[in-house]
Amino acid sequence: MALLKLDNTTIRFGGLVAVNGVNLEVEEGEILALIGPNGAGKSTIFNLITGIYPPSEGDISFKGKSIAGLSPYIIAGRGIGRTFQNIRLFGQQTVLDNVLIGAHTRGNWNLSGALLQFLPAVRKEEGRLLELAIRCLTKVDLAHKAYELACNLPYGEQRRLEIARALAIEPALILLDEPAAGMNPQEKQTLLEMVRTIRNDGVTVFLVEHDMKFVMGLSDRVAVLDYGSKIADGRPEEVRANPAVIEAYLGKGAAH
Amino acid sequence: MYQYLVNSIDPYTMQILVNIGIGIILALGLNIITGLTGQLSLGHAAFMSVGAFAGALLTIKTGAPFYLTILLSGLITAAVAAAIGWPILRLTGDYLAICTLGFAEIVKVVFLNLEVTNKALGLTVPAPNTTLSMPVTVLIVVILVIIVSVFIENSRFGRALKAIRDDEIAAESMGINIARYKVQSFAVSAFMAGIGGCLYGHFLGYINPSDFGFLKSIDMLSMVVLGGLGSVPGVVFGASLLSAAPEFLRFMSQYRMLVYGALLVFLMVFRPNGLLGGIDFAALVLRKLGVKPRGAAHEKQGGH
Repeated sequence: MALLKLDNTTIRFGGLVAVNGVNLEVEEGEILALIGPNGAGKSTIFNLITGIYPPSEGDISFKGKSIAGLSPYIIAGRGIGRTFQNIRLFGQQTVLDNVLIGAHTRGNWNLSGALLQFLPAVRKEEGRLLELAIRCLTKVDLAHKAYELACNLPYGEQRRLEIARALAIEPALILLDEPAAGMNPQEKQTLLEMVRTIRNDGVTVFLVEHDMKFVMGLSDRVAVLDYGSKIADGRPEEVRANPAVIEAYLGKGAAH
Repeated sequence: MYQYLVNSIDPYTMQILVNIGIGIILALGLNIITGLTGQLSLGHAAFMSVGAFAGALLTIKTGAPFYLTILLSGLITAAVAAAIGWPILRLTGDYLAICTLGFAEIVKVVFLNLEVTNKALGLTVPAPNTTLSMPVTVLIVVILVIIVSVFIENSRFGRALKAIRDDEIAAESMGINIARYKVQSFAVSAFMAGIGGCLYGHFLGYINPSDFGFLKSIDMLSMVVLGGLGSVPGVVFGASLLSAAPEFLRFMSQYRMLVYGALLVFLMVFRPNGLLGGIDFAALVLRKLGVKPRGAAHEKQGGH
């Protein structure tokens, strides 16, 4: 059974059909990349999965249960972590606090915990969350910057911090929206290794990315989106040779 | 011994000190919803008046012990805030501000027309049922409110509030139930405003619905913004300064509000984050000491 399943998922914004009847399955333990020209609807698919928009039609199921129409916080709680294309860190807070916020769903104590924070049970949970946060920061090699303000990090590290924050959810599935955007080749190589490690630690990875070299070198499977519809889906080398894909990227005639 | 200390301070100074104390309680309360959760409330005086009238009526009708009266007026105010917070906290920014403003006006008009609050004549509040003097009671409550504020800021609950303040979409994607946390922080905020109002009423001995108008809300907001939104030391400082300012500027007689206004304008131009705002003291110290949670050389960050 697929970990995540999009079943004829469609969303319309007024007259515009941004995502049109997409069927897609993400298998447990794989790295799946979603590619496509600008405006194809890739980020919209991520927003549908994470509940920022409810689908107009069709269904989305995660671990066999429908999550279509649920609020984002419930979907996150079920085990889907994400990063954002336009970085959305809590810039005025420290790197560590950012990841601790990501670990929110791993704790239970609320207002009562805040007021009774001297109780051993609350302190134990706080210690556990802190440990988890440091572990996530170590995975993206940012533990030594725990007390920096997030907004003071260089761009590439901010992208990695977003990944650490999403990992703190301890997700079964992580959605990475253009994780390599704006990185130099060296940073991209480091990121590639990091994503592989994350997968090897048991987290399924679903990413949107424009850098073909990065996608082809990293993914087990690639799906292609064009004008809101899925036009191809398969192993990287199959997709690269697919005439429909070449046409979508380079225009009619290029495939011949 | 406290009583001895209290008696050794002259009544005029003591009155200023109690005013400062009540100002701190109210400002720290507003800081929870506006400073931590980032939701602008322009109607916090309404919660103060709910607490003041609830407290006054409890003392008049039941003669309950003062500490119980304080607690109950806080709880009643929190319940009112939770009830109106549920629908209006779906709004954000300017819309929420206008809504809280309207709510405050409604509360004022209701209290001006209710028989039980003695309509426009206001209520004379009898002396509270307690052996502790007013200054000591206020001091104890101030200390408790400061502790609670610091506790909330440094907890899982407080982190969720700050996440909502900084980016609602990111916060929700991290599994934070925004609606629930907003209502809870609104209720905590109102709780503090309620106990502040209760103390205010018993301290003055007379309350009138018109005392809790828009200007009172703005007073509270100025304290929070002047000291630094979201910073507990900043808010305590801001509240102390603004509660005492009208007295210190008294020698300027009719010009004092002019100077007071000018001070606020200059401050906002030169310290837009408030006097102590935007300073995370804990992180600052940890960074200065070069503390790091685990291994790895600490790279120096250039530029700030």
